[in-house]
Amino acid sequence: MSTTADHPVEKIGEASAQYVDERLGSNKFLGRNLGKVFPDHWSFMLGEIALYSFIIVLLTGTFLTFFYNPSMVEVIYNGSYVPLKGVQMSEAYASSLNISFEVRGGLLIRQMHHWSALIFVAAMAVHMFRVFFTGAFRKPREFNWLVGVGLTALALGAGFTGYSLPDDLLSGTGLQIIRGILQSIPLVGTWAAFLVFGGEFPGTDIIPRLYAAHILLIPGILLALISVHLMMVWTQKHTQFPGPGRTNDNVVGYPLLPVYMAKAGGFFFIVFGIIALIGGLVTVNPIWIFGPYTPDQVSAGTQPDWYIGWLDGALRLMPNWENVIAGFTISWNVLIPSVIIPGILFTGLALYPFLEAWASGDKREHNLLERPRNAPVRTGIGVAAIVFYGILWIGGGNDVIATTFNLSFNALSWTLRITLIIGPPIAFLITKRICLGLQRKDREKLLHGYESGRVLRLPHGEFIEVHQPLNYKELAVISAKEDLAVLPAPEKTDADGVRNPTYRVDQLRHKLSSWFLRDNITRPTDAEIEAGQAHASHTAALEAPLNEYELQDEDPVGHGGVLHHPGMPMTNQEQIDQRQ
Amino acid sequence: MKFLSARRRNPIVAVILLIAALGAVGITFSAVSNIQPAQAALGTQTQVEEGKKLYLEGCSSCHGLDAQGSMNGPTLIGVGAAAVHFQVATGRMPLAAPGAQAVAKDPIYNEEQVAAMSAYIAALAPGPAIPTAEDLDYSGADVAEGGVLFRINCAQCHQAAGQGGALTAGKYAPNLMESTPQEIYEAMVSGPQSMPVFANETLPIAEKQAITSYIMALQEAPNPGGLSLGRLGPVTEGLFMWVVVFAAFIAAAVWIGIKAR
Repeated sequence: MSTTADHPVEKIGEASAQYVDERLGSNKFLGRNLGKVFPDHWSFMLGEIALYSFIIVLLTGTFLTFFYNPSMVEVIYNGSYVPLKGVQMSEAYASSLNISFEVRGGLLIRQMHHWSALIFVAAMAVHMFRVFFTGAFRKPREFNWLVGVGLTALALGAGFTGYSLPDDLLSGTGLQIIRGILQSIPLVGTWAAFLVFGGEFPGTDIIPRLYAAHILLIPGILLALISVHLMMVWTQKHTQFPGPGRTNDNVVGYPLLPVYMAKAGGFFFIVFGIIALIGGLVTVNPIWIFGPYTPDQVSAGTQPDWYIGWLDGALRLMPNWENVIAGFTISWNVLIPSVIIPGILFTGLALYPFLEAWASGDKREHNLLERPRNAPVRTGIGVAAIVFYGILWIGGGNDVIATTFNLSFNALSWTLRITLIIGPPIAFLITKRICLGLQRKDREKLLHGYESGRVLRLPHGEFIEVHQPLNYKELAVISAKEDLAVLPAPEKTDADGVRNPTYRVDQLRHKLSSWFLRDNITRPTDAEIEAGQAHASHTAALEAPLNEYELQDEDPVGHGGVLHHPGMPMTNQEQIDQRQ
Repeated sequence: MKFLSARRRNPIVAVILLIAALGAVGITFSAVSNIQPAQAALGTQTQVEEGKKLYLEGCSSCHGLDAQGSMNGPTLIGVGAAAVHFQVATGRMPLAAPGAQAVAKDPIYNEEQVAAMSAYIAALAPGPAIPTAEDLDYSGADVAEGGVLFRINCAQCHQAAGQGGALTAGKYAPNLMESTPQEIYEAMVSGPQSMPVFANETLPIAEKQAITSYIMALQEAPNPGGLSLGRLGPVTEGLFMWVVVFAAFIAAAVWIGIKAR
């Protein structure tokens, strides 16, 4: 490390690096890792939003713990908020009010904490969409997808436990629903509810318990999993979108130092700045308006925060079904929307990479991302799931929507129920068709170049549109499409007449793979692409008619009706031959 | 006493006794019952006549010529002046169009006309009267107590911040942010639309005043947290977060991404 450093700053830098290296041996590690290359795309920063908002949640949350008191002991409020003066409430609620009105900067920090928590979950969701729709979860990154699903579930837990801590009328109603959900679990429900709440609702235990989970257990696991998540990205390297020079075996991008250090650092401050801004300017969760929680009160328009809204919506849209079986009440009306549906959704989410790999028979490693259009079934499934989620989500605010837009609450609920069933399949079909259409367009572009929009009138009166070759970037992006063959249909018996023991499973796999792949538009071969681009690059379309113009006298048919076939510029001789 | 004993079997005696007994019961009842204040607010004879005229023009097609009600509207006998004032002064009546419930709009009648119609309906049968200035004076009321009462009695329909909420089949509990103390009081004693009646026996006037003072405090309350987002809770917060904040983040990410090229 003994280079010649002339500049005084470089000298200081070298000396201090030397000092640390002699004690930690860090130069080798840093030298190897600070230059690590990351690919560049704005959508790769969505996960960063989640990370940064989590850091802000941790910092603001720590501040809040200094003043918050997780106790359900009843006190008489005597703070500065007059409309609650003299009202009996829990210490948890009173200390939340104190944070809002007495602690200097407390309301700002509380609002920043709440806003960044909402943003944290939102960023995770959008990041997950990006990973899903670009196929970034494919081999070798399935485990990291699992970690991500775990992080999402934990984030919902972190959010909900936090939502409940102020012990206001809104959050208490949410806890009441949680208790109902616990009770709906067959056989053990009642005991599970007693276990969690330490007796009858609301009891005096739940807030301290939620507090322990909210500030210690869940953030601890979140931190550990985030570390694992990032370490996996580090060792497996980040995926990249197809582009010029980008292959499955390289990473094209910029080094961590200085480019990404600056970018990521800057982005952190943008996120922090925006959250501080809205924390100061926009109210979130005005607990003083809701009042303290008592089980005999409820407010109209009570909703959970946005990320639990879809579960509340499921609960609201579910018909009121209930059975008594052998003396046990099975509350389908609660069990299905709040236990079974989220169970299916999260299990499906976790298993999806494995199911897709199994069904498509794709065992290749993927470091290049797939464009959503090139996996129409996956994209369709994703959009259908988002539509399903979205309908439930709208259902969670059905009362607010009904009053805001002067709609009948009942009509709205029925519309949502029906849309919930028929919406996702329709969304799937439409998405798949759009993807296939885009694939056709891509194939067209590869074979004939793109439509330049230049319409020419030829000397003999014919109009043609000039096609141009793709630029190298677009060509690289489009031609990176990889085709996968449908798994062959299994034989019932082999050549010697021996029964195939795995016939049924193989048949299912064949069908799934066929469903997944059969409609894909095949990518042209490299030779075809080259020919197509070369063709478009020549002014073939211009030359041919000129040529024909000269031959006009020999042409017995004439050229008046000769049409230009879009995308397939034939020479006029070919067209004449075809007509004869 | 000969006079009486000689005639005590006369057929007319039964009639006289019946009238006397009815009269005695009636007088005792009206002396004991607290409908008395309602009758105190009865209007003058001219008001009643004017009110009847307005009633026949504007209301009788649905509520019947004698306010007895019809297929299209309930009877108004016994609803009291408070109900008339509430419905007409807030523009809910006359109904612009049949619907899930009467919608508040600019009132069609002026205060005098409303008073006349109230007097006419009140003259038909006793009912809750228009509150006096004393009834409406909430200056001595405890806001915090009003808040507790509001959350127990009102918030489940009108929402904790008084922003209103949905009821079944297009009905709704209206937003209270524009309501006057008189409207609030009259709504409580008359129970318009889907609202239950909170009579003075169940919710004494002092408690009504406390609730009014809380609603007035909500109307005037500043928003210490900044922009209120309609005080509608997590729905508008989530909407704001996605539409404004998250859009800003994505714009920033795209901006940083573009700079790299």
